Amino acid sequence: MKRLAVVDVNLCVGCQGCLFACARRFGDAGLSRSAIHVKSAGGIERGFIVTVCRACLDPPCAKVCPTDALKPRPGGGVILNPQKCIGCGNCKEACTINAVFWDEDTNKPAICTHCGYCVDFCPYGVLKLEEREGGISV
Amino acid sequence: MISEDPLRTVLYIDLSKRSFWTEDRRDLFEQYIGGTGVAINLLQKECRQNANPLGPDNPIIFAVGPLTGVFPLASKTVALFKSPLTGNLGESHAGGRSATAIRMAGYGAIVIKGASETPVYLVIDSDKVHFKDASALWGLKSSFTVGRIIREQEDGAGLRTIMRIGGAGEKMVSYACVITETYRHFGRLGLGAVFGSKKLKAISVSGRRRIKVENPKTYRELYKEVFNRTVKSPAMKKYHDLGTAVNISPLNELKALPTENLKQNSFDQAGGISGESIAEKYLGRRVACSHCPVSCIHLATYREPYASEPYFYKTTMVGYDYELIYSFGTMLKISSPEGLLKILDEVEKYGLDVMSTGVALAWATEAQERNLIPSEGDVNGAKLRLQWGDYDTYIKAIEYLTDQPNDFYKALARGVSYASSKYGGSEFALSFGGNEMPGYHTGPAAHIGHLIGSRHSHLDGAGYSIDQQNLKEPGKSTPENIAKALIDEEKWRQILSSLTICFFARGIYDIDTVLKTLSVLGYKLTKDDLTRIGSEILREKYQFKIREGFNPRNITIPKRILETPSPHGVISEDTIRKGVESATDLLEKL
Repeated sequence: MKRLAVVDVNLCVGCQGCLFACARRFGDAGLSRSAIHVKSAGGIERGFIVTVCRACLDPPCAKVCPTDALKPRPGGGVILNPQKCIGCGNCKEACTINAVFWDEDTNKPAICTHCGYCVDFCPYGVLKLEEREGGISV
Repeated sequence: MISEDPLRTVLYIDLSKRSFWTEDRRDLFEQYIGGTGVAINLLQKECRQNANPLGPDNPIIFAVGPLTGVFPLASKTVALFKSPLTGNLGESHAGGRSATAIRMAGYGAIVIKGASETPVYLVIDSDKVHFKDASALWGLKSSFTVGRIIREQEDGAGLRTIMRIGGAGEKMVSYACVITETYRHFGRLGLGAVFGSKKLKAISVSGRRRIKVENPKTYRELYKEVFNRTVKSPAMKKYHDLGTAVNISPLNELKALPTENLKQNSFDQAGGISGESIAEKYLGRRVACSHCPVSCIHLATYREPYASEPYFYKTTMVGYDYELIYSFGTMLKISSPEGLLKILDEVEKYGLDVMSTGVALAWATEAQERNLIPSEGDVNGAKLRLQWGDYDTYIKAIEYLTDQPNDFYKALARGVSYASSKYGGSEFALSFGGNEMPGYHTGPAAHIGHLIGSRHSHLDGAGYSIDQQNLKEPGKSTPENIAKALIDEEKWRQILSSLTICFFARGIYDIDTVLKTLSVLGYKLTKDDLTRIGSEILREKYQFKIREGFNPRNITIPKRILETPSPHGVISEDTIRKGVESATDLLEKL
């Protein structure tokens, strides 16, 4: 299975093209459904923090989902079943690296599907879709 | 436009009453697109005639456009207000995250009215405005510190803009700027002073809205096309590689680079402060505005040793651009790149417009050389003799411009036009319609553009570019041709700035691309519509300028520009006058 990874965060210029690309997967503009985040590391002069889902093999977000709306994905990460989701927000709280984002429009989490659509819109090579070997990658 | 697009929502904030409300102005956004077009209509309505620019009757209008948050490069916010520097139209554009933040918070425009009695900062999120006590922030001269504090206090990291003023805005220096995301500015014409007059220290805006498009598939494909053209374009690569600073060397060679208050047209020591030289030795990081892949923002690493302790350094990142190197490097003959970075850091700290400040200090230096300011330049009995290249003394002067400890610095804080009216020396005061000169002595088109342009800036009609084209075909350089080219360009720029597309991207957003991208958002416009709307917006801007006292038929030409040769030779007063006259005729027919 492939997963999205940050190659070198120092290459990031903070253009946020990836955030907008992620929302565009669904055909929307804007940001509400974006499942990736870029913020400064305490002031733009210090560079950026790029937050992407790490595709955990044993995802904490799925463990706290009371309705089984979030299911572990084979190879890492989770798949959301929006019909089952009640919008409790437990998953967002549980994610250690704050990679579960919130779609205010639907009141459900915005979950990275590791599709790699954002990679094509990062002209600086910060992101890549990588093959996860042997189930473990650091 | 698409009916549910949040762009149509205008947020009103009354600082006097500490209240806010929204109005649905779909009509305005359909008629005038967004940005400048919508803002000038709001300004005309909200700003009473002859309002004091530093009084509660002067509103601040921020506006973004339909493409913001939808397509790349529509990354600017337009601010309109009455300028305390020129007394008429104040217009300033800034990038950073300001535009996407306003759009993602669900607004097309924000109108700030009234004035607060006590210091305040505003936090704007998707459906609320919070009025926060800024008493503890008031008096902080450093815009850096204000940014740091609000970053810690408020939510929205990564999505928010934090617009703020430093000491210069609080003290209402007529050309104080508003800083956003540290390295971007509403630089020109004094928005910082208007913030200061309202006791408004900062505004934070953030949101995460969804924007619907007419046809998702068409949208995705068109986005990809615009994006690919942007990242492959040689025009954008120039801004990406060395940034606008790349222009220092060619303009110096062309003898079009104003130096020593334009006593000279080139700087023999420009090599050390050229774009190439600063990039090689000091460039530390390149960053981008939100939703722009170009990353034209160049930050130099400046390391300054502490005198008090060995091996102890302050290391800062200093933003630089062509205009900054011009206004402090060549105008003041600061040839040391470290001296230049040190002084630019100070200007950023206090929150002054770099161009106006550099030109003001250049005028002051020459005025002191000519003994026009006998003792009034002294502060607390200490002599402050400004000398070309002496950046440590200029750093002191910047502090005095902010603090205004005597009549001389009080006058200089109102711009060179006012200072020279008090002390003499108007013939070498590089003021154009009250605004200080940008860095182009390329020929008559640049100066006619600065005199007649709605912002009195190089950004209006790009006269510097017309001059450089005309060098190839000198026959074209007639006042009438120049006037027509300037006004035509300015008309089209009203469309770009109503879409809030960065002018650097004007090569990407040609008229066909503009129409295609707008159609994704439900705008059914034609080329003729755009031409008509561009003219209408420009007409409304001049109506406001004229309403507030601007008279294009009574313009003061700084003599200095007629003395120092340009690449087109010595410019005659007759050429300038005829050019201004022709341009005025065209403006009256808009």
